[in-house]
Amino acid sequence: MVPKGGWGIEMGPASPHRARRTAPSAAGSREPAERGAIDVSELEKKRSSAPALGGWDYAPAPESREVVSLRERYGLFVGGEFVSPRSEAWYSTISPATEEPLAEVAEAGVEDVGAAVASARTAFENGWSEISPAERAKYLFRIARILQERSRELAVLESLNGGKPIKESRDVDLPLAAAHFFYYAGWADKLEYAFPNRRPRPLGVAGQIIPWNFPLLMLAWKIAPALAAGNTVVLKPAETTPLTALLFCDLVRQAELPPGVVNVVTGDGRTGAALVQSDVDKIAFTGSTEVGKAIQRELAGTGKHLTLELGGKAANIVFDDAALDQAVEGIVNGIYFNQGHVCCAGSRLLVQESIAEPLVEKLKRRLGTLRVGDPLDKNTDVGAINSRPQLEKIRELVAAGEAEGAEIYQPPCRLPERGYWFAPTVFTNVAQSYRIAQEEIFGPVLSVLTFRTPEEAVEKANNTPYGLSAGVWTEKGSRILWMAQRLRAGVVWANTFNRFDPASPFGGYKESGFGREGGLHGLEPYLSFDGAEPFGG
Amino acid sequence: MPERLPVRKTYKLFIGGEFPRSESGRTYLARGQNVARASRKDLRDAVRAARAAFGKWSGATAYNRGQVLYRIAEMMESRRGELAATCGGEAEVSAAVDRMVWYAGWADKLAQALGSANPVAGPYFNFTIPEPTGVVGILAPEEPALDGLVARIAPAIVGGNTVVAVAPEAQPLAAIELAEALATSDVPGGVVNILTGQKEELAPWLASHMDINAIDLAGAGGLAAELERAAAENVKRVVRGGGGGGGQSLWEISAFLELKTVWHPIGA
Amino acid sequence: MGLIPFARTPDYTRLVAKAPALPAGFELPLEPRLPRIGSVDAVALEARAAELAKRSIKREAKVFALELAIRMMDLTTLEGADTPGKVAALASKAVRPDPTDPGIPSVAALCVYPNLVPTAVERLRGTGVRVASVATAFPSGQTPTDVKIAEVRAVVEFGADEVDMVIDRGAFLSGRYAKVYDEIVQVKEACGEAHLKVILETGELGTYDNVRRASLLAIAAGADFVKTSTGKLPSAATLPVTLVMLEAIRDVHEETGRMVGLKPAGGIRVAKQAVQYLVQLYETLGSEWLTPELYRLGASSLLNDVLMQLRKERTGSYQSPDYFTVD
Repeated sequence: MVPKGGWGIEMGPASPHRARRTAPSAAGSREPAERGAIDVSELEKKRSSAPALGGWDYAPAPESREVVSLRERYGLFVGGEFVSPRSEAWYSTISPATEEPLAEVAEAGVEDVGAAVASARTAFENGWSEISPAERAKYLFRIARILQERSRELAVLESLNGGKPIKESRDVDLPLAAAHFFYYAGWADKLEYAFPNRRPRPLGVAGQIIPWNFPLLMLAWKIAPALAAGNTVVLKPAETTPLTALLFCDLVRQAELPPGVVNVVTGDGRTGAALVQSDVDKIAFTGSTEVGKAIQRELAGTGKHLTLELGGKAANIVFDDAALDQAVEGIVNGIYFNQGHVCCAGSRLLVQESIAEPLVEKLKRRLGTLRVGDPLDKNTDVGAINSRPQLEKIRELVAAGEAEGAEIYQPPCRLPERGYWFAPTVFTNVAQSYRIAQEEIFGPVLSVLTFRTPEEAVEKANNTPYGLSAGVWTEKGSRILWMAQRLRAGVVWANTFNRFDPASPFGGYKESGFGREGGLHGLEPYLSFDGAEPFGG
Repeated sequence: MPERLPVRKTYKLFIGGEFPRSESGRTYLARGQNVARASRKDLRDAVRAARAAFGKWSGATAYNRGQVLYRIAEMMESRRGELAATCGGEAEVSAAVDRMVWYAGWADKLAQALGSANPVAGPYFNFTIPEPTGVVGILAPEEPALDGLVARIAPAIVGGNTVVAVAPEAQPLAAIELAEALATSDVPGGVVNILTGQKEELAPWLASHMDINAIDLAGAGGLAAELERAAAENVKRVVRGGGGGGGQSLWEISAFLELKTVWHPIGA
Repeated sequence: MGLIPFARTPDYTRLVAKAPALPAGFELPLEPRLPRIGSVDAVALEARAAELAKRSIKREAKVFALELAIRMMDLTTLEGADTPGKVAALASKAVRPDPTDPGIPSVAALCVYPNLVPTAVERLRGTGVRVASVATAFPSGQTPTDVKIAEVRAVVEFGADEVDMVIDRGAFLSGRYAKVYDEIVQVKEACGEAHLKVILETGELGTYDNVRRASLLAIAAGADFVKTSTGKLPSAATLPVTLVMLEAIRDVHEETGRMVGLKPAGGIRVAKQAVQYLVQLYETLGSEWLTPELYRLGASSLLNDVLMQLRKERTGSYQSPDYFTVD
């Protein structure tokens, strides 16, 4: 770079240290060996065992797998028991980091789903809906506590089955899942305060279908408010990540929750479809917009309640006055957190043109420090892609980005040979019309676009069928509020990104779905009221 | 032979603050009058007008929106006669005017009644506010002709949405009278658009229109399931079973609102 | 707003400071000269620092870090009660931190008050361990500039290799940046061959924005190193503060290619903290900065804990302080 202003000048005569400094050597010894009484040969020997200064290789720091003991096979959790599927079908669930099979899991058929819903119905009618709300609250508090007590076990299993870095499952997924139960536990006996004059009542049986990106956390987002409101549930975990939900059934038994209040049916999309068509009172779905639309069509005319939390293509907007180093962290957290398998990921970076160059430089440099690899290593920042089909989808869209003319950057990183991996990727020179700027990639792939004025930023940010989240980075308070007001998205993170909390409502505008999860607002979709019903129900 | 031949009114559509005839040139006979029979192209124009009006209307202050709704009530009151003649009578007009006043008063209270400050576990200020969902398509109930329509339009617009409403097919005259009241109040053009015509012809276009964000099926009748299916194409918010003169509540409004949550760090 | 040509002579900066076109109270137009001062978001900064502190450094990577920490250490004694005897003892420790293990390297420097410099110089001659002296009315810096300059000249004459000066926080916090800047420029001149570390005393600056601003100001004025603290305040070096300073150093490097050093000091007492500081350094500035030429740890009690950890790594057993000399 060309030195600018006062920065390039020689600061007086070279200091003795500068004069003494020698070129880095492979052995890492930069200093002259003037050690007086010290035995220099001994010192050199000792030093040569250390890694070269050219790179400080962190030794592997794997989290122990011993805390998890897996069974060979998991049946369906119906009526408080693990039962063999009437379908007699099983499938193998694997670790995406190694492709090693972890356990056999049941594939629930229509009949199995029907049995689970019937069990939930029985539990709802015979006790759960009449139990005193204060007692209901205590069950949820119990679950929250057991989640905390067994958090390491669940975190390790989450990383094993889903591929996400242990530091995320340990520090984000598990604490948030427990917090969610704790939060909604307190609401269970206070619904009259949440909805005064509306006589809130549970809906009955809720069918809940969750994705593979935050398996246990999404389970908590679904089950905690449903039970707090007095419903019983049938939950279908994602096909590729059933294990923490199945381990959660153990916790349900430890908490002595009445049988049938929580039921878990595993399987693929067909199991999900069976649940949508079954005798439930409500469907809560988190997943792709495509499947969400299919569910909405399927439920048309049935009068069943529905909430959808679907895809996104969030704009993360950085103004030229932003705190740049922190914005870079926010961008990295926005798109590389959980390998970009996040519906609210900040997948479109909109940078004010005047700082695009230095910002992208900083970002590329930061990407070089991301540690991609073994999800169970405590120093891993980016883990494995969740499944082969997902990896193929990411590859396909990245190839499209290159073909359309965007410039690709990936930091040098060694990816493991087995398992599903994709290097953190940044696309620059992206036009709004490119597929990578329009479609949800759901992977560690960022598209960088530029803007000139706040109006243009808003226009580009809103120019999408989605409306789940958005990010704004500026030090100017009034501009933050101006932007927050105009961005058509359910969550706006200003000078931060990808923050979640049980007290904070989450959900989308437009094709990102409807209904909110989290907060007081997250109870509403699980209740019926006097007077008119809200949309979807 | 009458002493004086009365001058009759031509019943037209209400789009973007103006009263055009249907681009199709069609009319149909309702309550003895030739009424414009809107086409899907009229519907398209109405949605375009509603979308164009959305930015300004949703960006207006809540106080201003409340005043505009109150002004609508004033204009309705001053047209009692005409309105009564085209609907169920004086009592219905009174109910509709009072309803409009009731909703007018909500405009600047919604955020307080529906929003929240959220105590998140971290150094962040976090709040949730209601916002309008966008353009709302309304199939007005057939009965009551005036109050049923008001019961669906008022909760949608008070929250900042703009509306394309299909009037009751058999009794469309009250809707046109209402449009004339709207046109003489301070409602910006395009905030409310009213189409008369055949529900069966218009409703599917309304339900499948990709630039409509929510649909109110109060008057959908037997079409409801089919319309819901079409509405899924862009994940419309679907309001079933609202309106009909009975429901008057905050929840009628919130059905057309989104919730936006904003986070900001708290740090020196 | 064109770039003002930079000149490092104090006369020129005074001239600029008095430029009539500037509004009253606006002493030195630093903004046009600096690449971008910008600001720092406190919450995100602290989150990033906390995240880096969670790195799990084990086995050979840990041994590497601990040995490096010793080689980067400025072993420090800054007490009113310091005597030649005390400094002599510490000098031996600096050269040979663990007499039972000749594989343990010497520390980088011994840091003392000006009056103790001659003793330190004498004891450390030929060992490769440098002598650093605090100066400029350490720790408060509330003394006339010419007195400070005289003190710097004195310690350089005594043979100090390195000078740790303090900035005038009173001037900085009252917005008289030119005063702070001028003083650093003059001290740098007075240092001659000696290496200049500029102590910002971040605990008194109040905000991370100020830490960043002061870092850039000190670097622009000629600092070879920026240093967090005097160690005389309860709030000394913290991971977020050093992260701000590393980021400022990184920006200067990106902009000009110039490599400036960092010295966190105060409050770093145990080996685990030292490793956290090195992780932060490595992941922010890269391996080029993993050298005592560009990074120092100012500490007094840290050394023994690092020695204990190293012996634990070697022997496999947890250690007792009884087996390590106090100085």
